[in-house]
Amino acid sequence: MALLTLANSRHPLADTATQRATLAALPLARSFEDAAASAGHDPLRTTAIQILQINVGKRCNQACHHCHVDAGPDRTEVMTPEVVDACLRFLESSDIPTVDITGGAPELHPLFRDIVRRARAAGRHVMDRCNLTITRLPNYADLPEFLAEHRVEVIASLPSFSERQTNAQRGDGVFADSIAALRRFNELGYGADGSGRLLHLVTNPVGAFLPGPQAALEADWKRELQRRFGVSFNRLYTITNMPISRFLQFLSDSGNLQAYMDRLIASFNPAAVEGLMCRSTLSVGWDGRLYDCDFNQMLDLGTATSAPQTIFDATPQSLASRRIVTGPHCFGCTAGAGSSCGGATTT
Amino acid sequence: MDTYYHPKDLARFAEMGEEAPELWRKFLEWYNAVFKEGALTEREKALIALGVAHAVQCPYCIDAYTTTCLEKGSTPEQMTEAVHVAAAIRGGASLVHGVQMRSHVDKLSM
Repeated sequence: MALLTLANSRHPLADTATQRATLAALPLARSFEDAAASAGHDPLRTTAIQILQINVGKRCNQACHHCHVDAGPDRTEVMTPEVVDACLRFLESSDIPTVDITGGAPELHPLFRDIVRRARAAGRHVMDRCNLTITRLPNYADLPEFLAEHRVEVIASLPSFSERQTNAQRGDGVFADSIAALRRFNELGYGADGSGRLLHLVTNPVGAFLPGPQAALEADWKRELQRRFGVSFNRLYTITNMPISRFLQFLSDSGNLQAYMDRLIASFNPAAVEGLMCRSTLSVGWDGRLYDCDFNQMLDLGTATSAPQTIFDATPQSLASRRIVTGPHCFGCTAGAGSSCGGATTT
Repeated sequence: MDTYYHPKDLARFAEMGEEAPELWRKFLEWYNAVFKEGALTEREKALIALGVAHAVQCPYCIDAYTTTCLEKGSTPEQMTEAVHVAAAIRGGASLVHGVQMRSHVDKLSM
């Protein structure tokens, strides 16, 4: 059964101020600012931008239980052509090597393919955050070929090689469609060593616990996906669930919120601060607003007031060495082995 | 509600060190060493611990090692099989003592 978005069901947590207040009201052992300072980052600042992460909108063909975007078929926030153009002009005026296109389901955006073509024409590496099932929709059946043609790095979500676990997080039928999609990508060379077509899988825990050890899980997943389904991939990325939007709702409804936040804080890893993705990623929202990361975006925490606020008034130079806006949710990226859009951040 | 077990008591485990700090220190040092990666991986040890927790029916250990198993990457299917291993050993242990019963039957019987 499809899960309604918080926005559509008018849930109190649809309001980002309510989410921030919920987290701020929790009795926590320490603040993230204090933890980062103890690791030598006082305040936490950015380094050179390595990734321009463009969130093209909140529309998605799925409505996963853990989604920090609160994405779904009923969302209408979609990046306008003007914002898209501003993002690409920003990219072209910089030496940022990588564009990370995310959403919702970014492929649903009418200009998705134009963004890919223009970014590739500018010589940049392009990553597509793909939910896999989008390729099973009739109008998007040729998406794998398009991505292969442009050598887009596909980063696909799959929480488990168990059908039951995957469907519990992402909806009925998602696992079968995901496996079919992965087989199609494999036929096009994705996931094969040396093919130049990179296919990585992202796993979020299906519940209120930390991800397992990335390297060990990758070995298990490669063996099991090959053995059970004949599917191969390049890397497995483990990502910690963030206490934002629908996962925050799950934590609150299941009575796990305080224990989960305590776990994140108790698992704070000072070594994970150096490689935090917000230090080298610039996140752009569907409306052109700037954020230090996609998680801050979904909590409506824009860039520091001393920094440019939108893509229209920013240059790469004006964003350099800016102070990063942080909050209790940031403990999600520093727990255990650390977490990022590229998986664990420490070995 | 009156009950012998309170889930929140697990977080108070370290209080056992208050009246006997040196013994607690030795226990903790040994306990942590036991669960470190060795010939067995941390994940394998956590699954063993989960099975043993069910065999001895310690609710604190069941809670703790359920979380640990999940965080080491074990699936609910694997964890359920571990519980069955524990149940099989406990059941088998009872059953095999039946051989002693049979020996005694033989001794007493004509």
